[in-house]
Amino acid sequence: MKLTTRQEISQNSQYQSRLQVAGAFIVVAFSLLLLRLLVLQTVQFDYYHTLAESNRISLVPSQPNRGLITDRNGIVLAENRAVYTLEIYPKEVTNLQETVKALAEVIKLTDVDRRRFDKRLKESRKFDSLALKSFLSDEEVARFSAQKFRFKGVELTTRLFRSYPMGNVAAHALGYVGRISPRDKAALEARSEAEAYAGIEAIGKDGVEKTYEADLRGAAGYAQVETDAAGRGVRTISRKASTPGNRLRLALDIRLQKIGEEAFAGRRGAAVAIEPATGDILALISQPSFDPNAFVDGIDANLWKELNESLDRPLTNRPLRGAYPPGSTIKPFMALAALETGTRSPERTIFDPGFYTLPGQGHQYRCWKTEGHGAVDLQRSVIVSCDTYYYGLAVEMGIEKMHDFLSRFNFGKPSGIDIDGERNGLNPNEAWKRARFKDKWYTGDTVSAGIGQGYVLATPMQLAYAAAVMANRGVAWKPHLGKEVVDSQTGKVRRIELQPAYKTQFNDENLERVRAAMVGVTQPGGTAAQAGAGAPYTIAGKTGTAQVIGMKQGQKYRESEVDERHRDHAWFIAFAPADDPKIALAVLVENGGHGGSAAAPIARKLMDYWILGKTPDAANAPAAPPTNDAAAPHD
Amino acid sequence: MTKLLRKVLAFLLEPFDLYLLALLGALAFVGLLTLYSASDGSWTRWSGQVINFAAALVCMWLVAHVTPNRLASLALPLYLLGVLLLVGVALNGEVVNGARRWLHVGVTRIQPSELVKLATPMMIAWYLQRYQDDLRPLHFAAAAVLVALPLGLVLRQPDLGTAMLIGAAGFYTIFLAGLRYRVITALMVMGVASLPVLWSLMHDYQRKRILTLIDPTEDPLGAGYHTIQAIIAVGSGGVFGKGWTHGTQSHLDFLPERDTDFIFAVFAEEFGMVGAVIMIGLFIAIVLRGLRIASNASGLFPRLMAGSLALSFFTYAFVNIGMVIGVLPVVGVPLPLISYGGTSLVTMGLGFGILMSIHRHRGMMSAT
Repeated sequence: MKLTTRQEISQNSQYQSRLQVAGAFIVVAFSLLLLRLLVLQTVQFDYYHTLAESNRISLVPSQPNRGLITDRNGIVLAENRAVYTLEIYPKEVTNLQETVKALAEVIKLTDVDRRRFDKRLKESRKFDSLALKSFLSDEEVARFSAQKFRFKGVELTTRLFRSYPMGNVAAHALGYVGRISPRDKAALEARSEAEAYAGIEAIGKDGVEKTYEADLRGAAGYAQVETDAAGRGVRTISRKASTPGNRLRLALDIRLQKIGEEAFAGRRGAAVAIEPATGDILALISQPSFDPNAFVDGIDANLWKELNESLDRPLTNRPLRGAYPPGSTIKPFMALAALETGTRSPERTIFDPGFYTLPGQGHQYRCWKTEGHGAVDLQRSVIVSCDTYYYGLAVEMGIEKMHDFLSRFNFGKPSGIDIDGERNGLNPNEAWKRARFKDKWYTGDTVSAGIGQGYVLATPMQLAYAAAVMANRGVAWKPHLGKEVVDSQTGKVRRIELQPAYKTQFNDENLERVRAAMVGVTQPGGTAAQAGAGAPYTIAGKTGTAQVIGMKQGQKYRESEVDERHRDHAWFIAFAPADDPKIALAVLVENGGHGGSAAAPIARKLMDYWILGKTPDAANAPAAPPTNDAAAPHD
Repeated sequence: MTKLLRKVLAFLLEPFDLYLLALLGALAFVGLLTLYSASDGSWTRWSGQVINFAAALVCMWLVAHVTPNRLASLALPLYLLGVLLLVGVALNGEVVNGARRWLHVGVTRIQPSELVKLATPMMIAWYLQRYQDDLRPLHFAAAAVLVALPLGLVLRQPDLGTAMLIGAAGFYTIFLAGLRYRVITALMVMGVASLPVLWSLMHDYQRKRILTLIDPTEDPLGAGYHTIQAIIAVGSGGVFGKGWTHGTQSHLDFLPERDTDFIFAVFAEEFGMVGAVIMIGLFIAIVLRGLRIASNASGLFPRLMAGSLALSFFTYAFVNIGMVIGVLPVVGVPLPLISYGGTSLVTMGLGFGILMSIHRHRGMMSAT
C-alpha cells in the first residue's frame, strides 16, 4: 500500500494512536474485573465460602391448592388430598439399590412403584429429590418414622394430590391432571408460561381440567429457607403463601350423569344432555369409563396399555370423538328440510311397498319394514320412521340442498364445546366427495344419505346439539360444561359467558308440524311408544338405527345371527317437555340393536330425573302400561 | 493421500488468521466444558451448542471470503433492512417476557436487533469512508444520527443490553475515525448531566436493576437474587475452584440462568481465580489480535470495521462478567462463545468472519 499525501499520513498516525488508546483501555478495564475477582475469590473467600457451604438461603416453592371443581349443585367432583410421600435424595444415598431394598421391608413397594421410580430416576437431574411411593397408609408412616434413622437421604413429606371422589363418573368431561411432562414443559416455554409453573407439579391434561387450567392452577408461594450444605431445609425464615386456584362450577348435574351412566348397565355408548335455553351440558356420558385417579401420580405403563388397547376403548370420549351414521335420527331434520325447501308438502303421500327403486334401475333400497308401510305422509313418515319416504325425498331434494339445510343444524361442524378433541362428523356433498375420493357423486349416494347412512356421520354431541336447536326453535347456544368461576381470593363469581352460537329462522308452522310428528314417535303407534309410555309430560323424540355392516341385496338382518360387535348401533334423540323443552338429548348404545328398545329407555330415565326429579331407584314408580300395538315398531 | 489431506486442510484454513482462530478455538473449548457442567450434563443442550458452533464456523468461513469492498457495498442495504425490520417489530412484533423483540417472517421469527448489531458499525464505517478526504464535524454528527436511529428503536422494545451494544459499536467506529477528544469530553459531561432525564425515561425494572446494583441486599428475593447468588458462587470458588461439575451453588439450583447469562459464575465457581485469569486472558488476547488486524488494515472502511468489531467483542465480555460479579447492572448480554444460544453465536461468527476477511485482504488497495 502506498501512502502518498501528507493528509493520509497524518490520518494514519492518528488512527494508530487511537488504536493504542483503545488497546490500553481494554487492558485496564479487564484488569479492573480481575481486581474485583481477586477481592472476591481471595480476600473475601472465607466469607463466601461459609455462605456457600454451611448456610444458604434458598427459595422453596410451595404448591398451591388447585381449584375445586363442582357440579351445578355444588357437589365436589375434583378436590385435593394431602398425601404422605416417601422421597429419596439420590445424591445422599450411597447405595440406591440397597436402600430401596431395605425400604421395601418397611413399606409396601409394588412393581408399579418400582417402575415409576426408575422412570423418574432417569428423567431427573442428580440433585432432585424423587418420590418413591405416594399414598402411604398411616401404618406405613408410623413404621417408617420409627426406623427413620436407618435411612439417610430418605424423607417423609406430604404432597397435595388431585383426587376425583366420584371415580369414573363423568371422567371424560372432567379429564384429569398429570405430572408435567417434558412435552408439556416445552409447550409452556413456547407460550412463555413456564414461570407460572415453578413449584407446581401437575397440569390439566384433558377435559375441563385442561380447558380451565389457567383458572384452576393458582399460584405457587415461596418459603425462604435456610439450608445445609446438601441443600436440605433447616429453618424457615419467611413465607409467602401460595394462592389457591379458583373454583370451577360446571353446568353438569352429577346425579343426572350418574343415573345416565348406570342406565347403560355395562353397555358401550354415549349420551349428551343439553339445556336448550342456555347450552348448559347437563350430562356427558361415555361408557365404558375410566378412573382419572389413576393418572394423577403418573399412570403406570401396564395400566395405560390395558386401557389404551382395550377393545371397549374406555379412554375414547365417545360423545365427541365417536362419529357414527346418524341413521333415522336424521329424519326429523330431513322432514323440516322438505317443508322449508318446498320439496314436499305435508299432505303429499307416497306408497311404501317395502323398498325404493331409482327410476330405471333394478337395485332395491329396502325399508326396514319388509312388508312396507303402505300410504305414508310426512307426519307418519317420522312416526313410523319410513325409510322409503326419505329415499325418495332425498333424491327429489338433491344432495346440495340437503347438505345446506343440515348445516343449519350444525351437521359436519364441531359444536364448539369447551373441551378438546371434538370431531367434525361428516355432512357430505358433491364437492366433498370429489376432494376426498376424486369421484363423482352418484344418485345412489343421495338415497343412502336420506336415511342418515352412507357417508353421513355425526357424533352424539352433534345430534344432541341439533336436537337442542330444534327444541329452542332455531336459536343455538354454544354448548358448554363450565358455568362459572369463583375467585379464590375475592369470592367474586365470574359467569362463563353464554355464547349465542347462531340463529336460524324456520317457518313456525313447518317447525310445529315436525315437532308434533316427533311427539308422535313417543306415543302409541310410534317407534318409541314403549319408552314414552306413562310419561306425565310430552316427549318429542326420534329413534335411529345405524348399520355397522352392510347387508347384501336380498339378505335379511337377523340380530341373533350377527356377532355382537357387528350389531346395529341404537340411537335416540329427544327433547321434553315438547312445548317448553327443559332438556334435549342424544343417546347412543353401541351395538345395542334398536333405538326404541335400547336407547330410548336410557333417555327416558334422564328426562324423568331432570323434569320430575324422579330417580330410577324409586321402584314404586308405576310400571309402564302395556302398549296396545302388539307388534312393537322397532326402528 | 496426505497430499490430498493437506490440500483440503489448506482450502479450509486458507481464509483464516490462524492466530485468531486458535484463540477462538481455545475459548470455545472452555465454553463447551463450562456449558456441560452448567446444564447439569444435559446432552441435548450440549450437542445443541456444538451445532451452534458449527453454524457459526461456517458463517465465519463464508464471510471471510467476501472482500472488504464488497462488504462496504452491503453496508447501506443491510442497515436499511435492519432499521426497516426494527420498525416492523415496533409496529407488529411479538411480545415475549414483556418485551417486543421478535418479528414473524413466514414460518420463523427473527430478532432484527441482532442484524443491527453488525449493520450499524458497517454503515458508519461506509459513510465515513465516503467522505474520508474531508471529514468535518458535520459528518460526525450525521454518523451519530445513524447510530441513534436503530439504538432508539431497540431501546423502545425495550432491550437495554442490545441498545447499549449498538451504541458502543457506533461510538467505537466514530472514535477510531478521529472524533476529537474535546468533543468526546464535552459529550461525556453532557451525558452525565442528562442522567436524571434518562432515569425518568427508564422502565421500572431497569431502575430496579440499577438500584439493586448499588445495594443488592435490598431486594434479596427479587431483582437482587441473581446478583447475590452469582457473587456467592464466584467468591466461594476461591483460587483453584471447586472442580469441574462440583460447583454447589450452580448445581443446587441457586444460580438462575446458569447456562446462559450467568454462566461465568459457574465457571468462576468451578475453576476459581486461576480459571478466571485464563479466560479473561483469552478475551484480552482475542481483542488485542483484533486490534492488530485493524492496525494492519488498509482503507478506512476495513480499519474502522475491524477496530469496532474487536472493541465490541470486548464490550460483550466486559459487560457480561461485570454484571455477574456485581459491578455492572444486570442487562441481558450473553458471554461470547461461552453462553448457550445460537443467535449470538452466529452473530459472533459473522463478526469474526469480517475480521478474518479484513486480515486476508489487508494488502489490497481500498476503493476510494
